[in-house]
Amino acid sequence: MISANVAIATAVAYVIVLFALAYFSDQRARSGRGKFLRSPLIYTLAISVYCTSWTFYGAVGSAARNGLEYLAIYLGPTLVFTGWWFGLRKLVRIGRSQRITSIADLLSSRFGKSGRIAVLVTLIAVTATTPYIALQLKAITSSLQVITGASAVNGAATGAFDEVQLALVIAASMAVFTILFGTRNVDANEQHHGVVAAIAFEAVVKFLALAAVGIFVVFGIGGGFSEVYSRAAEAGVTLEGSEMFSSRWVAINVLAAAAIICLPRQFQITVVENSDERHLRTASWAFPLYLFGMSIFTMPIAIVGLSMLPAGANPDLFVLTLPLTFDQDALALFAFIGGFSSATSMIIIASIALSIMVSNHIVMPLALRTPNSFGLGDGKGVTTLLLNSRRAATVFILALGFIYFWATQESAALAAIGLIAFAGVAQFVPALIAALYWREANAKGALAGLVMGFALWGYTLFLPSFESSSPWVADIVANGAWGIALLKPQALLGMHGLDPLVHSVFWSLFANTFALVTISLATKQSALEQLQSALFVDAFRRPPGGESRFARSSAAINDLFFVAQRVLGYERAAALFDEFAAHTGVQRRALEPTPEFISILEKELAGSIGAASAHVMLSQVVSGDNISLEEVMQMADETQQAIEYSQQLEQTSDELRSTARKLQRANERLRELDQQKDEFLSQVSHEVRTPMTSIRSFSEILLDHQDLSNKERERFLTTIHTESLRLTSLLDEILDLNALERGEQKWINSPTSANAALERAIDVCTPLIRKREMELKLGPPPAEVHVNANPDRLCQVFINLISNAAKYNDADEPFIEVKRSADGQQFRVDIRDNGPGIPASEQKRIFEKFSRGRRGSSSDQTGAGLGLAISREIISNMDGKLELVRRRGRGACFRVTLPVIAEVEAAE
Amino acid sequence: MSVDVLIAEDEPSILDSLEFIFRRAGWSISSVADGEAAIAAVGETAPRVLVLDVMLPKRSGFEVLKHIRSQARTAGLPVLMLTAKGQQQDRRTAEALGANGFVTKPYSNAEVVDAVRKLMGGTA
Repeated sequence: MISANVAIATAVAYVIVLFALAYFSDQRARSGRGKFLRSPLIYTLAISVYCTSWTFYGAVGSAARNGLEYLAIYLGPTLVFTGWWFGLRKLVRIGRSQRITSIADLLSSRFGKSGRIAVLVTLIAVTATTPYIALQLKAITSSLQVITGASAVNGAATGAFDEVQLALVIAASMAVFTILFGTRNVDANEQHHGVVAAIAFEAVVKFLALAAVGIFVVFGIGGGFSEVYSRAAEAGVTLEGSEMFSSRWVAINVLAAAAIICLPRQFQITVVENSDERHLRTASWAFPLYLFGMSIFTMPIAIVGLSMLPAGANPDLFVLTLPLTFDQDALALFAFIGGFSSATSMIIIASIALSIMVSNHIVMPLALRTPNSFGLGDGKGVTTLLLNSRRAATVFILALGFIYFWATQESAALAAIGLIAFAGVAQFVPALIAALYWREANAKGALAGLVMGFALWGYTLFLPSFESSSPWVADIVANGAWGIALLKPQALLGMHGLDPLVHSVFWSLFANTFALVTISLATKQSALEQLQSALFVDAFRRPPGGESRFARSSAAINDLFFVAQRVLGYERAAALFDEFAAHTGVQRRALEPTPEFISILEKELAGSIGAASAHVMLSQVVSGDNISLEEVMQMADETQQAIEYSQQLEQTSDELRSTARKLQRANERLRELDQQKDEFLSQVSHEVRTPMTSIRSFSEILLDHQDLSNKERERFLTTIHTESLRLTSLLDEILDLNALERGEQKWINSPTSANAALERAIDVCTPLIRKREMELKLGPPPAEVHVNANPDRLCQVFINLISNAAKYNDADEPFIEVKRSADGQQFRVDIRDNGPGIPASEQKRIFEKFSRGRRGSSSDQTGAGLGLAISREIISNMDGKLELVRRRGRGACFRVTLPVIAEVEAAE
Repeated sequence: MSVDVLIAEDEPSILDSLEFIFRRAGWSISSVADGEAAIAAVGETAPRVLVLDVMLPKRSGFEVLKHIRSQARTAGLPVLMLTAKGQQQDRRTAEALGANGFVTKPYSNAEVVDAVRKLMGGTA
């Protein structure tokens, strides 16, 4: 027996050694002298963080209970490292070129920098890992109890010291270690040389401890390997048979293979902490060799333990109890330290990996969404925020592990947690494989797969692990949720008879893969996803760092530097900018924010805060293909407004042009009218002056000459009278025409017999016609029809036309021909003479004012030349038409056409 | 057969009044009512003065004046133009074409008789 004080003191001393080792390694790495720290050997040893206390102690127990099943735990990783080294190489290449910080970051980055995937993966990792941390605490406390004799060899606690207190102290010291060495900086690669050195050291310690126990057991008390194995049957251990390749064995192999990549701590060491891709070459053979070394004594220890220790001894603790039984206290203490180192290395790396995930994928996105509440508005807040959030996350995760340990210490829930955790992180595998090899896999598919896998894993495996501690869970396991048998967690859809682990792995991975594939096929990738998928799937096809993710950039270099400084700190940001400036051959100030540079910068930032956060952050500065929807909408709106405005302008200028044309036309018309007015005044002047001349002249004659005969006097007075009447009628006509032209209608149209009006006009004109000795050729009367007209006005028009025909006719045998016709539609009159006619040059103007035709020789031509103009206006007001008919031969012919109205109306 | 005054006027009442006052002034007269007749009559009657209305049928007073001035035999004939339009444009046109006098209607009888007498001055 070893006293508790000695054991605890040794553990404390060991931890102090770890601190010192980590500290000095960090110092050497910082001063650039730690070349050996970046050697393939250290890398390989660090990978052995895979071997936790569960492996250290539990493998023997597993071998004692299930024979060679334990080998699967080593075989899976071995197969991956030897058989899938090219896949690992691709993973490491991508991890390094894309500055991947965790497996959550990897999947998020591949699937369009999806924040949701990052959060989900983080949640799964935390859920699967915290019980595993609890298991390590449990292993430490249990092992301490065993070597201090606080518990019997069968592992039952005797309560010699407070187990919970011990676990708390261990968790706390691990938290301190992790915070000190795991969150000292936000290094771009998240590489922690001090921690890695400590882990490598621990790998050596646990190997040596296990080897020492193994050598003692095999050669000290067992008499060599062959001797030991010959006792196998006697010990009840099956070394051959169907057990070997059972479905469970295959499932464990698969889980272990998945775990060596997907466990957060393994990803951290293998991918993130990798400083040189070539180290994988060494690891691909050295790590399997290490596993072989770790496993070589497992079965002999189990066999010897089973055959030499009392029946009922806990095989999980044979590594400790065998040396103790043979009074090898120092060896037992060494074995305890070996187990302790297995546990602590796991706790340290797991909490670093998880804290990075939590801070990068949960805290940062929240902080970026509400910058002010996290103090991001000022200075170099991001760096501080990152470190603090990581420290807080570390404490949180270890506290979670401790609480889990504390809550489940009385139950057997922890016993199976190793494989349960493996199965949990194995849910990352479908998405991971798709990420590397299937270009069409998209975020929706990955998300759906992860959700399905996680849910089924939780229901079929994680939940039943509480069966012994919770009656409620036990009920669900026995009868299914809500008593539905098909929902039994360990016999889903009636799938009985399978090992629960196999059952869970089958369902969860099947549903996971199915969802991933079907949804990826059914939905489309976003542009960013396509870009990222190409970067990942074709990782080896392109030179690293050449891709441009921002198609167009308008970021000022100062803005970029400001952002970089906030995340990386001034020195690193300056170094980065200077390096790129030197690369392009310009000063830092003259640096152009090329897509290439922004891409490099984003990757650099991604190294600190994850791809999704880095992308969001740079997107805020760079307006490239990541302009926010609002901005796009705003830009679209502005463009639309500009278009509308220019359309309005165009319209306005069109209107202006049109108005200008109208004005021009109106102006021309005005000028025309002005000229017409001048002509009209001139004509009126002439028409007034002519009778006035006669009146004045004869008046003067009558005044000046008293000797006139009565006959002369009478003639002169008659002339004066006639000319006065002429003047009056001229003024009447002018006013009449003016009224007609303005649309003032002084009469009311009513159904009128057109023919009656014509007959009346002929009657009026008959004396004139007789006086002229003219022949009147009157056509036969038409059917009696009515037109809408004023009879007097209509008569006036006919008189004007007939008297014109009479007045201007100077033919030898003058005649006037009046032809009438009527049908249901219209009434028509043609008034023709055989006078001089109207010359072609005047035909157009004949209806204009004062455009009196050339006068004949007769002296009774009166009228001011307004008759036709007035007639036309009158007929127009009766909806009819007065026109000059072009025809051959001598004379002129005027035609009046009037619409006939229905008889019913006419009768009224 | 020579006359003192040839009147070219298409308005009958005006012609009537002009014939009366010119006869009373002691002149022999002849008259026509359109431009073509005026040109013919100038050659036939060899008047001492031509009283020419602007607004004449067939050929306007201006056309008649232009023709008279273009013929060597009649180029020197004194011409008094009568117009009812009363616009400056007509007066200028008449002067440019070589009219010797210009009277706007309505005129006083004395004005026309004086104008004709003045034009007869050289030959009376």
